[in-house]
Amino acid sequence: MKLLDRTGWKSDGFSRAESAGDASAVIVPLATLDVALAERRAGQPIGVDLPNDSDPADLRTRQAKVDLIAIAFPKYGDGRGFSIAKALRDQGFSGILRASGSIIPDQFAFALQCGFDEVEIEDAQAERQPIGQWLHALTLIHGTYQDGPDGSVSVFRRRHQEAEAVKAA
Amino acid sequence: MYRYDEFDERIVRDRVAQFREQVARRVDGSLTEEEFTPLRLMNGLYLQLHAYMLRVAIPYGTLDSRQMRQLAMIADRWDQGYGHFTTRQNIQFNWPKLPDVPDILAALADVEMHAIQTSGNCIRNVTADHFAGLAADEIEDPRPTAELIRQWSTLHPEFSFLPRKFKIAVTGAARDRAAVAVHDIGIRIVANEAGEIGYSILVGGGLGRSPFIGKTIRDFLPKAELLAYLEAIMRVYNLGGRRDNKYKARIKILVHEIGTEAFAARVEKEFSARNGPPAEVDAAELARIAAYFAPPAYQALPAVSAPFEAAKARDPAFARFAATNLFAHKVPGYTAITVSVKPIGKPPGDVTSDQMRALADIAEHFSFDEMRITHVQNVILPHVRLDDVADVWAALVEAGLATPNAGLITDIIACPGMDYCKLATARSIPIAQDIAVRFADAERQALIGPLGIKISGCINACGHHHVGAIGILGLDKAGVENYQITLGGDPGDGASLGERLGPGVGADAVPDVIERIVDTYLAVRAGPGEAFIDTVRRVGVDSFKPALQPAEEAPREAA
Repeated sequence: MKLLDRTGWKSDGFSRAESAGDASAVIVPLATLDVALAERRAGQPIGVDLPNDSDPADLRTRQAKVDLIAIAFPKYGDGRGFSIAKALRDQGFSGILRASGSIIPDQFAFALQCGFDEVEIEDAQAERQPIGQWLHALTLIHGTYQDGPDGSVSVFRRRHQEAEAVKAA
Repeated sequence: MYRYDEFDERIVRDRVAQFREQVARRVDGSLTEEEFTPLRLMNGLYLQLHAYMLRVAIPYGTLDSRQMRQLAMIADRWDQGYGHFTTRQNIQFNWPKLPDVPDILAALADVEMHAIQTSGNCIRNVTADHFAGLAADEIEDPRPTAELIRQWSTLHPEFSFLPRKFKIAVTGAARDRAAVAVHDIGIRIVANEAGEIGYSILVGGGLGRSPFIGKTIRDFLPKAELLAYLEAIMRVYNLGGRRDNKYKARIKILVHEIGTEAFAARVEKEFSARNGPPAEVDAAELARIAAYFAPPAYQALPAVSAPFEAAKARDPAFARFAATNLFAHKVPGYTAITVSVKPIGKPPGDVTSDQMRALADIAEHFSFDEMRITHVQNVILPHVRLDDVADVWAALVEAGLATPNAGLITDIIACPGMDYCKLATARSIPIAQDIAVRFADAERQALIGPLGIKISGCINACGHHHVGAIGILGLDKAGVENYQITLGGDPGDGASLGERLGPGVGADAVPDVIERIVDTYLAVRAGPGEAFIDTVRRVGVDSFKPALQPAEEAPREAA
């Protein structure tokens, strides 16, 4: 798997395991999250793999202890992960959000706007869609009608701000 | 009409450039066909039976002469000189070539148009009452709300990869002319007891394989809460809608499977829990949009027009047109004209580039430069002085657009059917043509009165046959086209789904069966004032069952 964010390819500081163990930072399955949190070493970052049929509300009480949530995109075109990410941000999750699986450069801007920080894809896809395509995809559309947890400001809000500025001047 | 500001313009232009690159990346192999398909669909491009089809959005069906002329130019330059108005107030071009599509999209952007989200599993072009802004029974013009929804839903990061397509319709009138009860979300503008304007929200309506009438989940939603509430519905659907079977993926199935109350409870929970960036509708923003839909500069005119009355008395053909194709305007001395795009024997909804230019000229001179496309595939000239109707009619006659059949039995809705569509199991357009030819006599049509026939060429129901007073569904039975007839469907107030008359009939028999149904109606109706749909409701569908068989065969079968 290859990992990228809005600046380019990046190395993955997390490894996947069933339990906290002695890795420096680890992503565990949802089923063993509670055990991993209980066993974590002081300062050890813990992440969780979240299937896209999960209810984001179930993580609400634990989310403050979780450093990273990797939301699965099992099949291209299945957009549940976008809503899960947005819901997690809405309910106050402030750790790293990773989109993991079948997601393409043309969806990268949407993913960031929904609150994702990074994307994890298969090596074969990374070869077909090099980093240049991912970064270039972010430069194509200027403006959005949506406010986003990534700080994107909607056209509605920008119009409002412009009107206020005119009023103030 | 709404005009793009710098932000709207930029997004539409950027979208064209983005699609141009997506096409290039498909060609160089960066994108697989599977990856490219949803991207192409979200830009309105279908792969049909013989060629690509490009569906262009006409938001809430409203367009001006400049835009209509551009559509004509596109039809001439990149298609075969015609376009097809759809049941969702859009226009389709049936013969574009893939490499030309970015240029077509750029030509659309030049006149503030696009093909964004006219297809794909996303929020589709929003539709509204085609008599918006002029109907006397209107509480509020639905178009500002529809435009707000158009913008909010455009390139929505959370809702661009839904389980299935998603359609929203808005009406602002007491009488529903937008068929809101058969949409994924239907929005009715209503006034509460305190006189405040808000929205009543229906969900889960739809046609297709499993037709459902929408259920009201909110009687009154304050205007400021609309987008936040829509986001809550969309999130519940995006997370909960089925993705295991595309035929069970629409929101109507989710609402049906978990129940309206449980669905409404999920939405309210999501809605009340929202504490992310607020999506409230800024009142100033809604006012900014609404200002574009301010009434045109009407003249003060008498309610009765002497030239109009004289023309009717002079010319029976004009009188017939005036009796069928006009709709009462709320301003005295004005009328809305329905331009029928259903000439007898021609494919319903098809318009040539010459006709588009003629419509543009007429609208520019006589209707404050405005037209509407209706969900019954006709064109409305919304604000014509009664004094000018005879001149407009003469121009329409010249353009071959003066068929006096609005709302009558030959004003048929038909999907493209097997002539164009790869999903179709039977032909639709030729069936519509056969029926129209059978009932071509204008006097007979007038005698029959309002009667909507809707034809679909497969169970996906793009021709809305479920809500036709007479619905016709074309199926394939062991390699032979077979047509099921339903009666009693209604897309409007008291929305209802048609009931099957009996076993299907062959293509050749359809006009005969329709004729016998109509004869039965004429024989049993309470009087000329009782419309077909009302007679069907009063006497029941069973009374029409004998119409399936030729009269001479009936006794033999009974014996």
